[in-house]
Amino acid sequence: MRDVAIIATAQTKHVRAATATNEVEMIQPVIQEVIERSGVGRHDFDFTCSGSSDYLAGQPFSFVMTLDAVAAWPPISESHVEMDGAWALYEAWVKIQTGHADTALVYSYGKSSPGDLPLVLSRMTDPYYEAPLWPTSIDIAALQARAAIQAGVTSEQAMADIAYRSRSSAAANPFAQLQNSAQPSALMDEEYLADPLRKHDCAPITDGGVAIVLAAGDKARALCSRPAWIRGIDHRADGHHLNLRDLTTSPSVSIAAEKAGVANGPIEVAELHTCFTHHEPILRAALGLGDDVEVNPSGGPLAANPMMAAGLLRMVEVANRIHSGEVSRGVAHATGGHALQHNLVAVLEGEG
Amino acid sequence: MTDTTSNEPAPIELPAGVWSQPEVDMTAVAELGSVEAVQSVRAFASLTYDYTPGLATTRFLRLIQEKRLVGERCEETGKVYLPPRGVSPVSGLPTTEQVELGLDGTVVSFCVVNLDFTGNAQEIPYVSALILVDGADIPIYGLVREIPYNEVQPGLRLKSVWVEDSELTTSFENIKWWAPNGEPDVPSSELADYI
Amino acid sequence: MGAERVAVVGVGQTKYTAVRGDVSLPGLLREATFRALEDAQMTLADIDAIVIGKAPDFFEGIMVPEYSFVEALGAVGKPIFRVHTAGSVSGSTAIVASGLIESGVHERVLTIGWEMQSCSEAMWALSFNMPFQQQLVAGAGGYFAPYIRQYIARSKAPDDTGVLVALKDRQNALKNPYAHLHEHDISYDSVKESLMLWDPIRYSETCPSSDGAIALVLTNEAGGDAAAAEGRPPAWVHGTSFRSEPAMAAGRDQVSPQAGRDCAADVFRQAGITNPREQIDVAEIYVPFSWYEPMWLENLGFAEEGTGWQLTHDGVTAMDGDLPVNCSGGVLSTNPIGASGMIRFGEAALQVRGMAGDHQIDGARTALGHAYGGAAQFYAMWVVGADKP
Repeated sequence: MRDVAIIATAQTKHVRAATATNEVEMIQPVIQEVIERSGVGRHDFDFTCSGSSDYLAGQPFSFVMTLDAVAAWPPISESHVEMDGAWALYEAWVKIQTGHADTALVYSYGKSSPGDLPLVLSRMTDPYYEAPLWPTSIDIAALQARAAIQAGVTSEQAMADIAYRSRSSAAANPFAQLQNSAQPSALMDEEYLADPLRKHDCAPITDGGVAIVLAAGDKARALCSRPAWIRGIDHRADGHHLNLRDLTTSPSVSIAAEKAGVANGPIEVAELHTCFTHHEPILRAALGLGDDVEVNPSGGPLAANPMMAAGLLRMVEVANRIHSGEVSRGVAHATGGHALQHNLVAVLEGEG
Repeated sequence: MTDTTSNEPAPIELPAGVWSQPEVDMTAVAELGSVEAVQSVRAFASLTYDYTPGLATTRFLRLIQEKRLVGERCEETGKVYLPPRGVSPVSGLPTTEQVELGLDGTVVSFCVVNLDFTGNAQEIPYVSALILVDGADIPIYGLVREIPYNEVQPGLRLKSVWVEDSELTTSFENIKWWAPNGEPDVPSSELADYI
Repeated sequence: MGAERVAVVGVGQTKYTAVRGDVSLPGLLREATFRALEDAQMTLADIDAIVIGKAPDFFEGIMVPEYSFVEALGAVGKPIFRVHTAGSVSGSTAIVASGLIESGVHERVLTIGWEMQSCSEAMWALSFNMPFQQQLVAGAGGYFAPYIRQYIARSKAPDDTGVLVALKDRQNALKNPYAHLHEHDISYDSVKESLMLWDPIRYSETCPSSDGAIALVLTNEAGGDAAAAEGRPPAWVHGTSFRSEPAMAAGRDQVSPQAGRDCAADVFRQAGITNPREQIDVAEIYVPFSWYEPMWLENLGFAEEGTGWQLTHDGVTAMDGDLPVNCSGGVLSTNPIGASGMIRFGEAALQVRGMAGDHQIDGARTALGHAYGGAAQFYAMWVVGADKP
C-alpha cells in the first residue's frame, strides 16, 4: 500500500441553521481554505470526491450545485458518495492506491435545517416493515440505549457524564455548535425525549461542512511538515433489521478496527462518531480502547453534528492533533445508518 | 422520457439463472397456499422542507421583484452569471460584483414542445428556448410566445414580458414569457460561445 | 492501470420492464446478483465487498436504501459502498469497484447498479418544483433538445439521423432478451411518424422508464486467470476514467462537452488506444435520446467534429457495421437510470467475453462502455478487452 496522508483540513463553524447561505455558499469558503492551506494548486488535484445526501437537502442531485465550489473547469476527475464524507475519503484513498492519483480533495457537508431531521432519517429504514411506522432516529437510538443499559454496557448516569464531558471539552473548540454543559446531576433531572434518552444524550441538529486534502508519499512530506498518515482504514456493515442484531455491540466496528490495525500501537486520542451518548461505550468496547484513551476532545458529534460530514470531521480532528504535534497516533471512526449500522475506522499517525 | 411496456413477449427465453429466492415450503401453514402474493405495498410519505435560497439568490430575487435582472460577475474570467448562484463554477470563488442586465435577450437555441409540461394549459405546440439576456454570458431557459412556433430561429431578438407590477414577487415567475422585440436578428456567429 | 489487473468474471441482469411487480427491492438486486455469481461460479460468501450505485433516492422514496438490503446481499460484516453521480452513476460505481481490486484492497468485488423507477413518478423524482429556482417548462427532453438542435445546425446532419438511430437500437433490442422494449413492429415510418415531443426529439427517439438491476463480479488477475483456465473467458479492464464539469459554466460547450472529450482521451490513453475507430470493436454508449449517438461519436473521437451522423447513415454503427454501437438495444430500449451506466459497462464485457448471445459481435476483442449524467457534465468510461492489458 502507498503511504497516504491528510495534509490539510478545514471546517465551518457549525450552527443549528445556516439560514443565510445555501449549500454551495456554505461549503465554498471551507474548500477555498483547505486548498490554500494544502499548497496544491486549485486546478491541480488529481481526484476530487464528496459526500452528501439528497434526502437531507430535500432535492435530487443536490451535490451538482456544490461542484461549483471546486472549480471543475477545466474538467476534473471526480466522484460522489451518498454517504458521510468519511467514505468519500475512503474512495479517494483507494484512488491514490491505484496509482491514478497522488493528491485528492475530499469534502462533505450537510444542512439538516431544511427538514425535520429525525423524521427525514426515518426514511432510512426498511421500506416494507419499518418505514411505514415512521420510526425517528431518536426512537431507534432509544431502543439501542435501552438494550445497552439492560446489558450493563452503560447507564443513564454514565451517559449524562459523557454528555457533560463532551460539551465541556467543546468549550475549547471554536467550531463547535454546543459548548459547556450543566452538571451531570442536573442533566439527570431533565425529561426524557424517548426513554431512556434525554435531550443531552442526542447530538444536536447541525448545518456545516468539512474538507480535507490527501497526498501520497513524498508529495505529502513536501507539502506538510507533519502529515497525518493513514496507516489503516477499513469499513464494514452490520445488518439492518434491529430484531436481527445485538444492539449492545458493534461487530462491524470490531472487524474494521482489526483490519485498520487499531491494536498495532498505543492510541492517544479517539474521535468517535457518537450520535448519542450510549454510542461511546459501545464503540470503546468494539474498538478495544482502554479507559485511559481520550475520546472526542473536540466535543465530538454531541457538540457539532453536521450530517454527512460528522464522520469526516472525526478524521479532521485527529489529523489536526497530529499536525500540531499534540499526538502521534489516533483513531477516527465514522458511522452511517441507524444504531451504528455502517462503520469506518481509520488509524492516523504522525511520523517520528 | 416515455413509459412503454413491451407489447410482445420476448422471442428469446431468458437464460436459466439462479432465481432470487428459493422455493419456500408452505405446507406447514396450509391456509397460506391459496393466498395471493402481495405485489406491491403503497406507503405514503410526506416531508416538509424549508429551503434557503442563499445569499446570491436572495440578492437576485429582491431585485427581480423590482423588475430588474441582475447577474453577478466571476472575478477571474469576467463572465456574468444569470441567475447568480453565489459561486463562479470556473474559479470556485464567490461572485460578489452585481451587474445590471437588460430586459431583452436573444434566442441561442430552442425546441418546440408538443406536450404540456407546464401544467397550465399552454397553447400546444409552444417554444422553450435558451435565451441569452443582454449583458449575461450564459443563457437561461424561457418560453417564447407572440410568434408562430415555426418562425422562431436562433438569433431572434426578444423582450421579456412581465406580470402586472402589482403582482411582482421574489420569483422567476415574474417573467411570464418572452416575445419578439422587433430588432434585427443577431448573426449566429455571435452566439457560438453561448451553447 | 495500477498495480493489479482487474477481470470481469460475472455479469447478471434482471429482465428490464416498466414495472417489476413480482420482486421486492432487495429481490431485484438479488436476481441480478445471483445471475452474476452463477456466471462467476461463486457464492455470496466469496465476495469481499459490495459497491452499489443508483440515481436519487427519491425514485424509491428510501434514504440510502442499500442499508436495508445488507442481509439480503450477504453483506453483514462486509464493506458496502454507495455511489451517486447522477445518470453516470452506475458507470462510476463499476469504476469504484474496479479501483478496489486495482489497488489491491480487495480480491473479489460485487458491484450492482439498480433502479425501481416504478416506485414513484420519475419526472417528480428527477426535478422537484424547487422554490427560488427557475422551472424547466419542458421536462427533461426540453433541457437537451436545444443542444441537439444546435448539433444539427452545426453538423448539417439530415433530419432523419435520430430516426435511424432509434430504429437500429430498438431492432437490436429484439436480440436481447433482457431489454425492456421489444417492439417487433417498429419501422422507419413508425419512428418518424411518432409524436414530435420536443422538436427535434420524437417520442420513439426517447428512452423508456424501466425497473431493473445489473450486477458484475470483478476479480484480480488470479481470479481472471482461474476463470479463463476453466473455460469461462474474463473481460480484462484496460482503462477506467471519470470526468466532471460544472452544470452551468459560461463558455461551456454543451453539444460536445470538454469533460467527455477528456474522459475519452484518458481512458483510451490507459488502454493504449490511439485510433478508437480502428481499435474499438464494439461500443456501448449512453444514448437516452437518439441524436446523442452521432453527438457522442464525435465527442468520443470516433468521428471528426460534424461527421458523426455519417457513421449512422453509412451503417457503421449497425450490428454488421465496423463499429457496432449499442447492440444490446442501449438506453433507448432499457433505462433503469441507476443501472443504465453499468449495463453499458456490462454489455461491453459480455461482448469481449463472447457471451452476448444473439447480439454478439463475432470476434469482438476490445469494447468501450460509456455513461454520462447531469447536464451532460458527468462522465464515466471503461475499456475492456479479451486479452490481458
